[in-house]
Amino acid sequence: MITIKNLHANIEDKAILKGLNLEVKAGEVHAIMGPNGAGKSTLASILAGKEDYEITEGSVSFDGEDLLEMETEDRAREGLFLAFQYPVEIPGVSNINFLRTAINEKREHLGEDPISAKDFMALVREKSKLVELDAKLASRSVNEGFSGGEKKRNEIFQMAMLEPKLAILDETDSGLDIDALRIVANGVNTLKSDNNATIVITHYQRLLDYIVPDFVHVLYDGRIVKSGPKELALELEEKGYDWIKEELVEA
Amino acid sequence: MNNNLKFITGLTPTKLSVNTAAQKNASHVLDTTELPTTRTEAWKYTRVAKIGKIDFKNEASTVTSIDDKKVIDSPHTLVFVNGRFSKELSADTFPAGVSVKPLSTLDGISTQEEFEGDIFGALNLAYLNDGLHITIEKKAVVEEPIQVIHILKGEAQLSNFKVQIDAEDFSKATVVQGFFSDDASNSFVNYTSDIQVGVNTHFTIEKIQDEEAGNFHIGTDSVSQGKDSTFTINTITLNGSLVRNNLNIDVIGENCTTNLNCGYLLKEKQHVDNHTVVDHRVPNCNSNELYKGVMDENSTAVFNGKVFVRQDAQKINAFQSNRNVLLSDNATVNSKPELEIYADDVKCSHGSTTGQLDDDAIYYLRARGLSKSAAVQLLVSAFIAEVIAEVGNEDVKTYIYKRLNERFGWDINPEDFG
Ligand SMILES: Nc1ncnc2c1ncn2[C@@H]1O[C@H](COP(=O)(O)OP(=O)(O)O)[C@@H](O)[C@H]1O
Ligand SMILES: [Mg+2]
Repeated sequence: MITIKNLHANIEDKAILKGLNLEVKAGEVHAIMGPNGAGKSTLASILAGKEDYEITEGSVSFDGEDLLEMETEDRAREGLFLAFQYPVEIPGVSNINFLRTAINEKREHLGEDPISAKDFMALVREKSKLVELDAKLASRSVNEGFSGGEKKRNEIFQMAMLEPKLAILDETDSGLDIDALRIVANGVNTLKSDNNATIVITHYQRLLDYIVPDFVHVLYDGRIVKSGPKELALELEEKGYDWIKEELVEA
Repeated sequence: MNNNLKFITGLTPTKLSVNTAAQKNASHVLDTTELPTTRTEAWKYTRVAKIGKIDFKNEASTVTSIDDKKVIDSPHTLVFVNGRFSKELSADTFPAGVSVKPLSTLDGISTQEEFEGDIFGALNLAYLNDGLHITIEKKAVVEEPIQVIHILKGEAQLSNFKVQIDAEDFSKATVVQGFFSDDASNSFVNYTSDIQVGVNTHFTIEKIQDEEAGNFHIGTDSVSQGKDSTFTINTITLNGSLVRNNLNIDVIGENCTTNLNCGYLLKEKQHVDNHTVVDHRVPNCNSNELYKGVMDENSTAVFNGKVFVRQDAQKINAFQSNRNVLLSDNATVNSKPELEIYADDVKCSHGSTTGQLDDDAIYYLRARGLSKSAAVQLLVSAFIAEVIAEVGNEDVKTYIYKRLNERFGWDINPEDFG
């Protein structure tokens, strides 16, 4: 589904990604862990199309297409979704109405008819229930006045509405209490299928008890330095990242 | 006659029966005052020198229809072309409790007599073409709006136009004003109003300014509010090269509410200047000012809002806000909210912000699949919807959204924003 090869990226002449490789296939869940400042959010932003970064080397192919050449909105319409670490508040813009526009722009891009008002409202009801997002919150201004947990649930609600092929969750678990975490994980697990894939970026192994990954990768200093099965997350939790650093020095 | 005012030498003084004291004072102002320059405090950011260079005429003209020069469909529409009353295009029946008379049919027109150096006010009176006197009778509750349309037509025409409104005690009414032009260029409407809002009266003006580019609009609304009254004016400026709006509100009765809302949506080289003065002379009143602008290309906007709270005017709540969104690096805003408070038990606030749209919000919306232009449109619409929501008449709102679509390509679904 997505193949990242030797990706190098700078921000303001500072190298952040330094030769990152990753391949994710349909039906898989990958977890990316790593210390603060390793470049996890940078990777997510580059995949979603944020323009502040300079790609100096490498390639990203998404379903066979050159992702880095695509506009942000076309990436979304082709099925890439980023659940933001820090979702923005947009006063005055109704969450529901902007999602209807988003769905219809996606449909138009794919040569489909717009969604009917009735089908749309049914979809809103179904998906807001999935993430236990109050229908009132769903129709308020985007994230305005939402608590941290509500913002994260709203991200998963939007993901559920847009049914992406590849979802990237950037620290969606940070700051969530255990109930909210279960709700979010349940949302992700319900949406999982053989045709889509998920990249879960997290700091904490805890999330991976609920969203069980097929692979765990360690992102450190701009590269994936170690990959393994889900048990790797437990090992990281136990030993911390210093252990990885030492391994790197030895190598 | 003053050299600087040669732009009016081609005009004939008013033939209306304006009171002589006012006429004398107006001539005196015109004889002794020069056109304001940017060194004049009240005109610091608005250059009117262009007006001074035009050799204005004031010719009668006609339009065949107002199909595309009206804000709403209303059987109570009055039409003026270059300041002159158009009998053919105007209604002659009005709702119960409303009487309407062109100023040219009145034997005596009483107006303010002092101009305090206000050259455009003096010009308006000394060369007054025509206008209207509208009376809303005591206790009349008028549901259907009265629509007053002014159309500028032709090259280098100057129209001096006045609306007088007497909203008598306990009445309720709305006047929709539409300022348009028809094949006009270098033309100038110089408008004034005298508005008396009676005791316990609710009076609303919905003003649409939509003259073509290349024309000038200077207007002064003077309002006096009696006790327990509510006065609301919603101004939406959609076009016109140079627009200056003065709102002078004297709140002389207690327990009044004053609402001044305005949206200006500008592009090209449009310049819009809003000057407001709310004078709280008595206690226990509220005033709310919401001025919001969306500025594209090389447009410029000025906001100068003064609120006076006199010494004995306790328990005043006065709020003033001017917010602007710049869609281009070449658009500029000069914003100056001013509070002058001489009473101690008041709640007043003012705020002014000018900035670009939030890049993070645009990126967020694009990351959900909206095109950049759809994202911008959504953010701009959300921003300006707050002002449009204040417009009480649904048909006026429809007109505004239609024109925003025509001018900016914004396809706004009003239901999305309320
Ligand atoms: N806008 C920015 N300007 C400058 N440096 C940045 C910016 N964004 C991120 N960085 C730097 O890039 C590095 C990686 O950040 P980030 O991708 O957010 O890490 P992570 O998500 O793994 O904690 C950090 O050193 C951070 O300071
Ligand atoms: Mg991060």
